Amino acid sequence: MSATAVTEAPAAVTLAGVSKVYGRGAAAVPALDHVSLTAAPGEFTCLIGASGCGKSTLLNLVAGLDQPTGGEISVGGRVALMFQEPGLFPWLTAAGNVELALRARGVRKAERKQRAGELLEAVHLGGFGKKRPHELSGGMRQRVALARALAQDADVLLMDEPFGALDAMTRDLLHDELDRVCEGRNLTVLFVTHNVREAVRLGDRVVLLSSRPGRVITEYQVPIDRPRRIDSAPVAELAGKITDRLREEVSRHGK
Amino acid sequence: MASNTLLGLDALDTAAPAPRDAGQTARKAWGAVWPKLAALAIVWVIWELIHLSGWKKLVFPGPGATLSNLWDQAQTALFWQAVETTLERALLGYALALLIGVVVGSLVSRNRALRSAVGSLITGLQLMPSLAWFPFAIILFGITTEAIIFVIVLAAAPSIANSLIAGVDYTPPLMVKAGKMMGLRRLSLHWHLFMPASLPTFVAGLKQAWAFAFHALIAGELLVIIANRPSLGVLLSTDQDQADMTSVVAIMITILIIGIVVDGLFGTANRVIRRRWGLEQVLLQKSCSLGVFAREPDYSGVT
Repeated sequence: MSATAVTEAPAAVTLAGVSKVYGRGAAAVPALDHVSLTAAPGEFTCLIGASGCGKSTLLNLVAGLDQPTGGEISVGGRVALMFQEPGLFPWLTAAGNVELALRARGVRKAERKQRAGELLEAVHLGGFGKKRPHELSGGMRQRVALARALAQDADVLLMDEPFGALDAMTRDLLHDELDRVCEGRNLTVLFVTHNVREAVRLGDRVVLLSSRPGRVITEYQVPIDRPRRIDSAPVAELAGKITDRLREEVSRHGK
Repeated sequence: MASNTLLGLDALDTAAPAPRDAGQTARKAWGAVWPKLAALAIVWVIWELIHLSGWKKLVFPGPGATLSNLWDQAQTALFWQAVETTLERALLGYALALLIGVVVGSLVSRNRALRSAVGSLITGLQLMPSLAWFPFAIILFGITTEAIIFVIVLAAAPSIANSLIAGVDYTPPLMVKAGKMMGLRRLSLHWHLFMPASLPTFVAGLKQAWAFAFHALIAGELLVIIANRPSLGVLLSTDQDQADMTSVVAIMITILIIGIVVDGLFGTANRVIRRRWGLEQVLLQKSCSLGVFAREPDYSGVT
């Protein structure tokens, strides 16, 4: 077992010079241009950028739903993906949605029900297992989607603006939930958002992407102690700095 | 503290509607029944009026005579034998069509080559009048039940296959993505995602397929008359030969009733799905009910 013991923890996600071009020839549209990025296990990385920075393309590539045109992607472990819409199956109950993810992973029938209950409990939805998605609020559906993602026993969680469609109060509460859920699970998270404050509130690190094509402009470490609040002074200050840099980048396209 | 706020928000977001009391349930049931009774009454009155006008007096029976004829027929073993034979054929043909339709629809919907090969052929089959198949079926199978079943399957299976294909096509891409991320592949993806996602379209197809199957069946029973095998079609044919219009209309009413009962079953399936999926329309409920419009305008303030 010494062989595994001495191995240094490998990066959970590595992108090395990744490019993605849609179409061919004159009509080719570059979405990502030589993006290099590394996320350590357990690290929470927020990707931020204006429209057209290829954020969703990047997540699709890491999720294996699409192939890069150039460069290398390596992902250590299982990947789960969450979207802006919960994408729950309306013909199943909340618990049924979570159980299906467990089933797809090969969890035995006897175990599924109990595990689904625990996962819903983990997102504070213990009493709502029998409800159907349309009976739940947007924030609750997104929490069921989170429980479903956790059911996939993923090491890497990709989140594509998962709280973008929620009201501010629900979003703040879900930030707390996400913090709590990630704690102790050693989840590596890649979180895409338009909202700079949200990125600073959640991330260990914020990566700023340029638009058309997407490139990494710069990275910010977030040295703010947890628990954080989105309206605290240190969060606002760093978010202000990042916003200035983001606007600078966006205004380049206005010329 | 934060989690308490969350639970509070959840409770506010999922406030249950007040439970329905017995009076409301009764009113709702009555609301569903009275339009049907009214329609029946209107048909009865029109029928009676035509009968009283003396139009085609010798051959056109009134509703009273027809219903008493139906009542008399319903006392005979022959009648129930005929109903049984017809329903048996309908169920057998429909079940076969369902099986074939689902298998073909599943394969075609998920395989690009198959789709371009047979996709339009299925629609073509659907457009073929089932009557046109009978010479083919009779030469192939003779004057047998098989010939009828064969045509029922050809009439109904394309609708079932097509509805499944349409359902798969209209599955939201986000759900497909979610299913794939869960690790569902090929068969499991089809079974756990595409099949249930197609359900609303599929039920509509099932209903249409039932109509096609029933058309083919009754046409078949009029054409393929098997000795000593009474069926609704055979009864109709015999009554026609004897120019017994009253019995003809009585059998037609029987066919109509079977159609309406089966349609009711599909309607119930459809409602259950819509309720479970949260697709129920708020339209046509209280605020739009007749009560609002039935109130007399209030002119008391007008001078």
